[in-house]
Amino acid sequence: MKIIVCIKQVPQTTNVKIDPVTNTLVREGVESQINPFDLYALEEAVRVKERLAEQGVESTVTVISMGPPQVDAALREALTLGADEAVLLSDRAFAGADTWATSYALAAAVNALNADLVFCGMQAIDGDTAQTGPGITIHAEFSLATYVSKIDEITEKRATVHRLLEDGYEVCEVALPALFTVVKEINEPRTPSLRGKMRAKSARIPVWTAADLHLDPERCGLKGSPTQVVKVFSPEHRAGGERWEGDAPELAAKLLEIVRERVTI
Amino acid sequence: MSIRVIDDKCKGCTLCVKACPTMAVKMEGKLATIAVESCNFCGSCVSACKFKAIVIEIEKQAREDLDAYTGVWVFGEQHDGHLAGVVPELIGAGRKLADARGRELSVVVLGHELDALGEEVAKYPVDKVFLYDHPKLARYRPEPYSRVLASLCRRYKPEIVLAGATTIGRGFLSRVAVDLYTGLTADCTGLEVGEDGLLYQTRPAFGGNIMATILCPYTRPQMATVRHKVMPAALPGDVVRAEIIRETPTEQLLNSSVNILEFIPDFTQKVNLVDADVIVSGGRGMGKPENFALLQELADLLGGAVGSSRAAVDAGWMPYPHQVGQTGKTVCPKLYIACGISGAVQHLAGMSSADCIIAINKDKDAPIFQVADFGFVGDALEIVPELIKQIKAARTPVGV
Ligand SMILES: Cc1cc2nc3c(=O)[nH]c(=O)nc-3n(C[C@H](O)[C@H](O)[C@H](O)COP(=O)(O)OP(=O)(O)OC[C@H]3O[C@@H](n4cnc5c(N)ncnc54)[C@H](O)[C@@H]3O)c2cc1C
Ligand SMILES: Nc1ncnc2c1ncn2[C@@H]1O[C@H](COP(=O)(O)O)[C@@H](O)[C@H]1O
Repeated sequence: MKIIVCIKQVPQTTNVKIDPVTNTLVREGVESQINPFDLYALEEAVRVKERLAEQGVESTVTVISMGPPQVDAALREALTLGADEAVLLSDRAFAGADTWATSYALAAAVNALNADLVFCGMQAIDGDTAQTGPGITIHAEFSLATYVSKIDEITEKRATVHRLLEDGYEVCEVALPALFTVVKEINEPRTPSLRGKMRAKSARIPVWTAADLHLDPERCGLKGSPTQVVKVFSPEHRAGGERWEGDAPELAAKLLEIVRERVTI
Repeated sequence: MSIRVIDDKCKGCTLCVKACPTMAVKMEGKLATIAVESCNFCGSCVSACKFKAIVIEIEKQAREDLDAYTGVWVFGEQHDGHLAGVVPELIGAGRKLADARGRELSVVVLGHELDALGEEVAKYPVDKVFLYDHPKLARYRPEPYSRVLASLCRRYKPEIVLAGATTIGRGFLSRVAVDLYTGLTADCTGLEVGEDGLLYQTRPAFGGNIMATILCPYTRPQMATVRHKVMPAALPGDVVRAEIIRETPTEQLLNSSVNILEFIPDFTQKVNLVDADVIVSGGRGMGKPENFALLQELADLLGGAVGSSRAAVDAGWMPYPHQVGQTGKTVCPKLYIACGISGAVQHLAGMSSADCIIAINKDKDAPIFQVADFGFVGDALEIVPELIKQIKAARTPVGV
């Protein structure tokens, strides 16, 4: 079976602020990392591969990412964590893509790789949209299960999964080919293996362009994106308010006063 | 599309270099230059430049007649015949937008056995309620839901479509927007019609550290998911005022590759975290799992829910559905009481838009105090039991 994991490279910290005086972004460190949720997606893909192997089904795990050339580093890190191969989608034409255009390009790669199963993170911590995975399922015509917290059973044809909703878990059976977006509860990612590290160093990571994927340039990147960011600004600054010290009964009495102004007791 | 620096306007001030989140702008001598391959056209440099020296040009145009699209739609998310908490808020926001555009507001409900719910919705200040009633729509499943809504949008051409940024709304609307080839803005906290008639959609990104305003200028409908508990809710009246329109979706829209087997309610959440007006949250500072019973007791007294930091979830003290923050839930309660939580940025990302934050922490330098409206420097394990005692005492009528 062909299993794909979509990973996104995001800034190490989301603690970016806009300087109120100069109106510029203040960044503490610009290191990048793999989007945290995508590490759970990758781990689950590797676990599914291992489970299928027990059923005598061979599979490969391919990580893909769309982004600038430096995303190569994130893909190599994924190789240390159990992925078998990686593909980078990189092209100037992809720049400025919103979730429509991102899912368009990723879906083309999913189809080119003949995927049976795709894993995405629940959402990316920079854009926080949770839209890319579901978007891919329309472009690629895959089944969808979002917020997957557990895979009960999986075969080449179908999977039974738990989905984490606001008020509980939904258990559903999903026909493959399918795409799952995963939450943190699904597993605990492994640490890099030595073998993986060796392989990651020497691996050749192909770079696919829009033309390689036979994509319509009108649908790629900023040009293909229906949304347009017109302004970025700082949220209203939240300043710390009053602070009290004292013994517990005193503090509790003060706290109760504040609570009472907001909640009927 | 293109981005360029107008050479004679650039003064070499480097504001754009600092503004660029992708480090695409560099100085070559006294002149800013932009590496297009690293640029994601976010416009930060354009807003940062005081000399209007950077321009982004987009050669785009509408593929069809945008004026053919009219009216505002709200997706009336329901569970077992109960309206999701966010829907009255969407109606409140939708009503304002519809009035600003001088158009109708409609609510679209998909589900099964919707008669009572249809009447309930029709009491809100809306013009039309579309009911799509079918056993195969009883619970949300991606394919039938998105096919039905997409086909409706093609037929009735709404100008704006809103849904809650819920587990259902986010995935579902993304599929509809991709299918219709239109834009979708996630998790909006601000919606406004501009002078140009476009929908200005404002949303937090980077864990709430930055706000972005987003437009969908060339395609319709303009679609957005909206964060729960931000927009003021509309109130229902006593009588049905909206026109109720029942339609039966055609069978071919209803096929699904997903089969729901079971729903397992989460009994550890007496009050659902995202719906709660009051959240009592605990972190590593609670010391041990048993102490979360104190927080539960306090939450029960206040009619609220119990939240948790990641540290307490990772320690196995609380189940993951209670985790608030970047890798957990985003919550927006009226009151958030943080007990023994340091206030790491990842935790703040999930709760800093609460109306009021109260923090109890032993360490007077804990970062949580920088966002808390009311800070209590002290031991949560003493203050919380004392608070519980005082609430109980206040409730006991004198003389009993
Ligand atoms: C990729 C990533 C994602 C993350 N996502 C999340 C997330 O979604 N949510 C989240 O919460 N965190 C998240 N984190 C973790 C986050 O960085 C912090 O580690 C975590 O929030 C700390 O939890 P805490 O405040 O409970 O524990 P600590 O940082 O250990 O703080 C405990 C606090 O309790 C105080 N204290 C101790 N005893 C008492 C007492 N008796 N009374 C009062 N105060 C006391 C201490 O002074 C201290 O301030 C994430 C981290 C990463 C790297
Ligand atoms: N550029 C990208 N390349 C690969 N995967 C992506 C990309 N953007 C988003 N994804 C995937 O989609 C998920 C949700 O991202 P988002 O819709 O941006 O919140 C991520 O966790 C990734 O799995």
